Amino acid sequence: MTLIATQSLTKTYGGRVTALADLTVAVEPGIIGLVGANGAGKSTLIKILLGLIAPTSGQVSVLGIDPTADPAAVRSRVGYMPEHDCLPPDLSAAELVTHLGRMSGLPRTAARERASEALRHVGLYEERYRPVGGYSTGMKQRVKLAQALVHDPDLLLLDEPTNGLDPAGRDAMLALVHRIGTEFGISVLVCSHLLGEVERICDTLIAIDGGRLLRADNISAMTSATDVLAVEVSEGTEELAARLAELKLPVARDGRLLLVPLADDDTYDLILGAVAELDLPLHRLDQRRHRVAELFATRELTHA
Amino acid sequence: MPEPSTTAVRATPTGVIHDIGYQRYEGPRLGRRQVFGALYLHGLRTAFGLGRSAKAKIFPWLVVGIVALVAVALAAVRSQIGEPVATYAQFADAMSWLVIFFVAVVAPELVSRDLRSGVLPLYFSRPLPRSDYALAKLLALVTALWLLLGGPQLLMFLGAAFTTKQGMRGVWNELLDLLPGLLYAGLWAVVFASVGLLVASLTGKRAFAAGGVVAVFLMTTPIVGVLSILPSRAANELAGLASPSTLVQGVGIWSLGDLLVEGDPGEMMIGGFGPVYALAAVLLVAGATALLLARYRKVAS
Repeated sequence: MTLIATQSLTKTYGGRVTALADLTVAVEPGIIGLVGANGAGKSTLIKILLGLIAPTSGQVSVLGIDPTADPAAVRSRVGYMPEHDCLPPDLSAAELVTHLGRMSGLPRTAARERASEALRHVGLYEERYRPVGGYSTGMKQRVKLAQALVHDPDLLLLDEPTNGLDPAGRDAMLALVHRIGTEFGISVLVCSHLLGEVERICDTLIAIDGGRLLRADNISAMTSATDVLAVEVSEGTEELAARLAELKLPVARDGRLLLVPLADDDTYDLILGAVAELDLPLHRLDQRRHRVAELFATRELTHA
Repeated sequence: MPEPSTTAVRATPTGVIHDIGYQRYEGPRLGRRQVFGALYLHGLRTAFGLGRSAKAKIFPWLVVGIVALVAVALAAVRSQIGEPVATYAQFADAMSWLVIFFVAVVAPELVSRDLRSGVLPLYFSRPLPRSDYALAKLLALVTALWLLLGGPQLLMFLGAAFTTKQGMRGVWNELLDLLPGLLYAGLWAVVFASVGLLVASLTGKRAFAAGGVVAVFLMTTPIVGVLSILPSRAANELAGLASPSTLVQGVGIWSLGDLLVEGDPGEMMIGGFGPVYALAAVLLVAGATALLLARYRKVAS
């Protein structure tokens, strides 16, 4: 089943500001990263998926339901974590999450049970009985995540879940999101302006810029074909490059490095053989996984 | 067996935490009506500070205390002198100032707090329609105000019913007096709740909201004063339309007659404009509710 599908989705505000332009994308269940700079249209897309705002044109479907036609049906199966501060400071996390669980249609006792479960899963235990106003940013983000989880949705929409967190907090939050996506059996759409962050946990990546789709693909599809070996020798770089070229290896220079596409394990042997033959001091030989960022960088360059 | 259950409750949070993994929820999911009811009850509890900090309870219960005390005093005096000091409707009128202050504290508590904390996106990303949120809050405030006035009226009734010397007949007559009083309290509740909640929904700052509510209800009374001394009989008789309190009293005078003014011509004369007052009250409530709904169509989207 397709998790989220859009067809020529466009949203303009007042006919002037274009938030989304002709966005067509379809993704399967899993952890989906939605990346783009601030103002790229990520939050607009999330609000359309929730049926909070109507698209100017185009079609959209979430979990097979059209949010413009039946927003209540979509929202009952989706959990939303907003980007901004949204917690009343004088309520305890337990009270707030229980109340919001009831607002999602859980009966009273079920709401209470699921609220403490959700808070436990995000790592809040005794603190949940204290007023939220005294929480750290990290704890508040966890409460926001717990309230999105309380009604057991099939899809979570997380808008910048790592916002305002320190590096350790970011790692913990990303690990939590990854766990939800893999162990809980809940699909997650996680929004971020930091590509390096989401690519670590996602199966699928959607990159948008200025409301346009840059690329949407499987992470493995994006990276598998592009692994390269980086070779560095202390001297004789030229000789080695020439020797490798003789061996029919497409060598590229990158400063002091030689980059050789990794075809299979034989590539290692060929390089090592060449280095040994020329008796060069090998400084390093490692597999460099292409960062997804570089893919987008080159793509944008080719566009320009 | 209270003992095992309390120890069980106490043991759960401090006991060993077993990670049993995530459990999917297979139980029932309630529909729109029940969610509306849950939000309404939550609002009603909030109005009286239930489930909230002790600080939030002080003011509502102070007002409830004063109103109840007045009702008990009236009932006591009546049982002594055998004559009603005030009718049920007159009691509601006399308490109107307290009702205004109650609205000024409770309406911001119901809506401004949510605006301020930014919690509305969490509501609106759930199945509940925006209009349900606004209407549940409004209904909660109406009910709270009606309980505030109707509860003490019931106390007065009980006092009168137990001290009546005419037996069941006396109780029946008293009941016939109480029912219009309760209806009149309902009118106060509907008018003050709809206007008060609309004003409070315009700002997230509680102090501003409270000030705004008081201003709308109290600042309009001088206008009534000015209009009622104009050298025009029609202007005098229509003066009450300018302020929500006098508007409600005007409807009361028209519909209840001597239950409210009791032979005494009073300061307020509405002449033959009774239906105008009733129509104005309906329009005011409908208009305020429509504006409230419009406000919540826009806010936090």
